[in-house]
Amino acid sequence: MAEAPGLIEAHELTKRFGDTVAVDHLSFTVEPGRVTGFLGPNGAGKSTTMRLICGLDRPASGTATIGGLTYHQLSRPLAAVGALLEARALHPGRSARNHLLFLAETQGFPARRADEVLDLVGLRPVARKRVGGFSLGMTQRLGIAAAMLGDPGVLLLDEPGNGLDPEGIRWIRTLMQQLARDGRTVFVSSHLMSEMAVTADHLIVIGRGKLIAASSTADFIQRSSERSVLVRTPDAARLSELIVAAGGVVTPEEPGAPGSNGHQDGPDAAPGLIVTGMPAPRIGELAASASVVLYELTPRLASLEEAFMELTADSVEYGDPTSAAARNRPAAAESRPAGAERSAS
Amino acid sequence: MTAGPASAAPPQARPDLGTLPPLGLGLLRAEWTKIRSVRSTLWTLLAFVVVAIGFSVLIATVISHDWNAPGSHPNHARLVSDPTAVIFGAGLGLGQLALCVLGVIVISSEYTTGAIRASLLAVPRRVPVLVAKSVVFAVLDLVVSAITVFVTFFLTTSILHSHIPISLGQPGVTRAVIGAILYLTVLGLFAMAIGGLIRHTAGGISIVIASVIVVPPLISLIPGTIANHIHGYWPTVAGELVAQTSQQPGDVLSGWQGFGVFCAWTALLLAACGWLLVRRDA
Repeated sequence: MAEAPGLIEAHELTKRFGDTVAVDHLSFTVEPGRVTGFLGPNGAGKSTTMRLICGLDRPASGTATIGGLTYHQLSRPLAAVGALLEARALHPGRSARNHLLFLAETQGFPARRADEVLDLVGLRPVARKRVGGFSLGMTQRLGIAAAMLGDPGVLLLDEPGNGLDPEGIRWIRTLMQQLARDGRTVFVSSHLMSEMAVTADHLIVIGRGKLIAASSTADFIQRSSERSVLVRTPDAARLSELIVAAGGVVTPEEPGAPGSNGHQDGPDAAPGLIVTGMPAPRIGELAASASVVLYELTPRLASLEEAFMELTADSVEYGDPTSAAARNRPAAAESRPAGAERSAS
Repeated sequence: MTAGPASAAPPQARPDLGTLPPLGLGLLRAEWTKIRSVRSTLWTLLAFVVVAIGFSVLIATVISHDWNAPGSHPNHARLVSDPTAVIFGAGLGLGQLALCVLGVIVISSEYTTGAIRASLLAVPRRVPVLVAKSVVFAVLDLVVSAITVFVTFFLTTSILHSHIPISLGQPGVTRAVIGAILYLTVLGLFAMAIGGLIRHTAGGISIVIASVIVVPPLISLIPGTIANHIHGYWPTVAGELVAQTSQQPGDVLSGWQGFGVFCAWTALLLAACGWLLVRRDA
């Protein structure tokens, strides 16, 4: 098979833990040269999928390959794939340098590679300290260092931002984008849509072990953002009637909700209405025809986080069934992107 | 918002990753780095050396001191028929437990800390990790045991020398001294195999200690030849025979036979450990 060396392919990947199906006939590809975000709520099967790709878990069925080879077929795996799966997966009594040194030795890398990657992540000053005393952020950096040890063409990072401060998160985001620009495959999982929106070029979204969507981040935002219009009027009751009569859906604006107008104009501020299913010009026409005064008419996109919540609302493992995402989105079914129906094939 | 693949930065110069040495050698070095870089190795080995030598010297001193005291001295007869059992019995019998603990934690700590996943990402075929770990630990165990056993032998025999001369030249003594070293080495691997099967430090240590010092005396309480044979073929009971100067009444096996049985048990457990290592999710 003439596969691109950095191409990750999952084909009908399935993993069961007892009666629970953690990963359910999941198929996707991750291409080199870009950051691919792997999104899903907690318990969606992201970590299990990554462990399957790395051969730590055995799939019940299906395959996962890297450049056409299974992880077990890689002769020097750390030179091909760098994985940060769980930061705490190291002996707390061992120093950072010794942790990297033994990994380097398994691959026949020179010992100085340990020092080079310690420099890369900024841990050189604590190289001889035992990692048990490290903060979660330092441990994550050590995990990145281990992943970079063999200068691999493929990076698998499971929630790498966990425990990092904002500066650390920015550092890892820049690093991932730089690595992708070098032509590497960067596959990074997260349950935070907002973080992926600014990091990833491409998204693979799963829920309950199944593929929900796979598309470029821009397309994903475009397709899954529900268009709504914020309307502010002193005559809210009247306008609501008109809009509903014309086929729109009206929801009162939640005070303090994301996107709500914080600086309302003085004491006579009008209540806000969120209108869906109707474009802004049509609302303006309706208001004009009935001589209803409008203070504000703002078309807006749902935040990416809302879009993600909505998309995965049906597949949240431990979710609250009456959560905002499920309740406030009457049009959810219609605005679901085409990718949602795409079965793993 | 999203960072496109836009500006094609020139690819960075790839670091020199060296040439691949024979895989086995790298794995041995890696396992040596692992075992020497945690403090538990030093502490358990120190406990073994101190307890083994200290206790043996203490017993020899007491025997020497009370040599001419009134009363029966069963030790005297045993010192003639099987001197190494007396001079090693107490010290190595207690000190060996530290080696058991080290054997278990050498592998179970990888599981309890999660470090095993780092190891298996580096060596996904898994069995070579177990082989390299066994070899490195066995060599370390062999070297430390050899030093300890020889020091114990020469200290205790010099303490007892005025009452009863014991030397390596006597029949069976050299075999017993070498046997004690080999027994302690295989014991470490026996403990390691159980640690790898149980994958839990406290559980592994409990099982190993039980099989070394708790179960054998209980089996020997059961009357009958079947129980006698179960006792005789019990891994550590069989293994210890090689450290005796001469075969004692009631022993089912000779020294080397017993050691062979112990090695077979250990090999079986290590094979099971390797099989499960490949089968189980890490």
